Amino acid sequence: MNAITAEGLVKTFGSGEKAVKAVGGVDLVVPEGTVVGMLGPNGAGKTTTVRMLTTLLAPDAGRAIVAGHDVVKEPQAVRSKIGLSGQYAAVDENLTGRENLWLFGRLYQLSRQQASQRAEELLEQFNLTEAADRTLKTYSGGMRRRLDLAGSLIVHPKILFLDEPTTGLDPSSRLDLWDVIRERVADGATILLTTQYLEEADALADNIVVIDHGHIIAQGTADQLKAQIGGERIEVVVRDAEALDTAEQVLNLGSGGQCVRDDHTRKLIVPTHTGSKGLIQVIRDLDEAGVAIDDIALRRPTLDDVFVKLTGRHAEEETPATEPAGRAS
Amino acid sequence: MTTTDLMPSASRVGLSQAFTDAMTITWRNIRAGLRVPDNQIYMFIQPIMFVLLFAYVFGGAIQAPGVDYTEYLMAGIFVQTMAFACAPASVGLADDMQKGLIDRFRSLPMARSAVISGRVVADLVNQFIVLVIMIVCGFIVGWTFHNGFGQFLAAIGLMMLFAFAMLWVGAYIGLSVGNPQVAASAGLIWLFPVVFMSNAFVPPSTMPSVVQAIAEWNPVSAMVAGARDLFGNQGIIDSDAWPMENPVAAALLWCLLIIAVFAPLAIRKYKAASSK
Repeated sequence: MNAITAEGLVKTFGSGEKAVKAVGGVDLVVPEGTVVGMLGPNGAGKTTTVRMLTTLLAPDAGRAIVAGHDVVKEPQAVRSKIGLSGQYAAVDENLTGRENLWLFGRLYQLSRQQASQRAEELLEQFNLTEAADRTLKTYSGGMRRRLDLAGSLIVHPKILFLDEPTTGLDPSSRLDLWDVIRERVADGATILLTTQYLEEADALADNIVVIDHGHIIAQGTADQLKAQIGGERIEVVVRDAEALDTAEQVLNLGSGGQCVRDDHTRKLIVPTHTGSKGLIQVIRDLDEAGVAIDDIALRRPTLDDVFVKLTGRHAEEETPATEPAGRAS
Repeated sequence: MTTTDLMPSASRVGLSQAFTDAMTITWRNIRAGLRVPDNQIYMFIQPIMFVLLFAYVFGGAIQAPGVDYTEYLMAGIFVQTMAFACAPASVGLADDMQKGLIDRFRSLPMARSAVISGRVVADLVNQFIVLVIMIVCGFIVGWTFHNGFGQFLAAIGLMMLFAFAMLWVGAYIGLSVGNPQVAASAGLIWLFPVVFMSNAFVPPSTMPSVVQAIAEWNPVSAMVAGARDLFGNQGIIDSDAWPMENPVAAALLWCLLIIAVFAPLAIRKYKAASSK
C-alpha cells in the first residue's frame, strides 16, 4: 500500500511571460511506513510539492492520492489524516505551548477534554512540560520546532509532512529533532521530509528523491545514489601551485588518467579501489616526486557529490555555482 | 483514548462545526490579544484621546452653526472609531499569514470560514468594549442621548453592524497584502479621506461642491447622520440627497452592501491565500 502517490503534479505561479513553473511534472510514490526525503536547493519546488500534497495548493495538472483520498476532490478527508509541520514554525507566539496544542486539537475536531488530554500527552512526549504554560515568545528555536511538530501529531496521523523541519536550527537542536522524527518512524509513521541538508536525508530517509527546478532528477536509496558516482576517492591538496603539474602527472600515472584537477583550490581528486592502501601508495608516489602536500584524505562519496554531479552545484547553494564542480570539500 | 477516537468522523463541514471552529479561533484571538498589552492600551486610549481632543481642543474652534459642537461631534467620533476597526483585523490576518499560521489552519480539518469569522468576532468584541468606553467618555464631556434607551441601543446596534462590515473590509485587505507592516497602513490610510470627507466633524455645506456631493453619499455620513438621529443629537441636515434625508435606512443599506461585497471577497482571498 502506498501512503502517498502523485502523478504528473504541475504548479505554475504567475502567468504570461512572468510565469514560473515551480513544479513541472512530479511523480512520487511513498510506500506506507517509509521515510522519503525530498532533497533539493532553495526554490527547487519542494515546498510547492508539499503544499499540493497537503491540500494547501491546487495543482494545475496531475493528481495525488494521500491516505487513499484525492487531494483535490476530498481535501477534508486528507486533512483529517495527515500532519503538517512547516518550514516556519507555525505556532501562535502569544499563546502558551499548552494553549497552542489545545487550539490545534480543537480544530482537529477533538472535544475540549480530548484536546486538553492530548496536549498534556504531547507536551510530555516532547519534553515541553516545564515550558507548557509559558508563551512561545520565551521558547528557543528548537523548542518552537518541537512544539510545531507536536502540533502536527495531535490525531496520531499515519502520514506526516515535514517541510524543512530543521532549517535554521543549531546542530544540537537538529539532532534532538532527528530523534523525535526517528521515534515517529519507529511508531510506523509514513514521512515525507523535505530538506536542503544532505546529511539529514542521509540520516533519516529510506528513499531519497532529488528535486531541482521543479523536476525529480534522481531517486533511490542513499547508497544507490552514492553508487551512481562511483566508489572512494583520494583528495590531495598540494602546497605549491607550481607542483600541480607534477602531482597531476604522478596521479594520472597511478590511476590510468582519471585525475581531476582544480587549480583554484590546488586540489586533485583521483578514484581508488584499494582504499587506504591506495592512499599510502599516492603519498609514497608524491613524496618520491618531491611534491609537498598540505592535505590528503580518503573520501567516500556523499550525497553532496551526487548532487553536484546531477546539477553542477551544491545542494545548499541558492544559485548555480560558477566554479568547477570539483571544488567539493 | 484510541487512535480511532481521535479521528474526526465527518469530512464535510456542517454549520455547527463552522460555529465551533469560529468560536475556537475567537478564543485564540482574544487570548493572544490580551497577551499584548501595548495593543490593548493603544486600542482603548486612542478613542478616549479622540473624544477629549475634539471636545476640548477643536471643540472651541470649530463653529457648527446653531448646534452644540459636542452634541454634533460624538456620533462622528464613534463612527470613525468603528471604521478604524478595519486596521487591527487586517494586521491580525496578515500577521497570521506571514507567520505561516494560515497554512497550518488550512491544513487542518476545520471550517474554511472560521479563521476569518473568528477574527471578525474577536475584533467585534474589542470594538464593542471600545464603543462602551467612548460612550462613557462622551457622558463625561457632557454628551448625552435624547430619544430614549431603545433608540440608544438601536444606535449602538447600527454602529456594531458598521464595525462588522468594516472588519470584512479589513479582512480582505489583510489577506491581500499578507504583511502586517503593510497591512497596518493599508488598512488605515484610505480611511482618513473617507472619514474626513463626511459630516463626521464638520457640516458638508462648508465644503466645495464636489467634495460636498461625495460627503453626502459617503457611507460614513449616512452612519453618522443615522446615529445622530437615533441618539437625538442635533445634526445639520442642509442637504436633500436621499441618504441624508433617510440616514438610518441608508446606513443599513450601506452596511449590508459592504458585507455583501467584502465578505465573499475575503473568503475567496482566504481560500486562495498562499503565503510562500
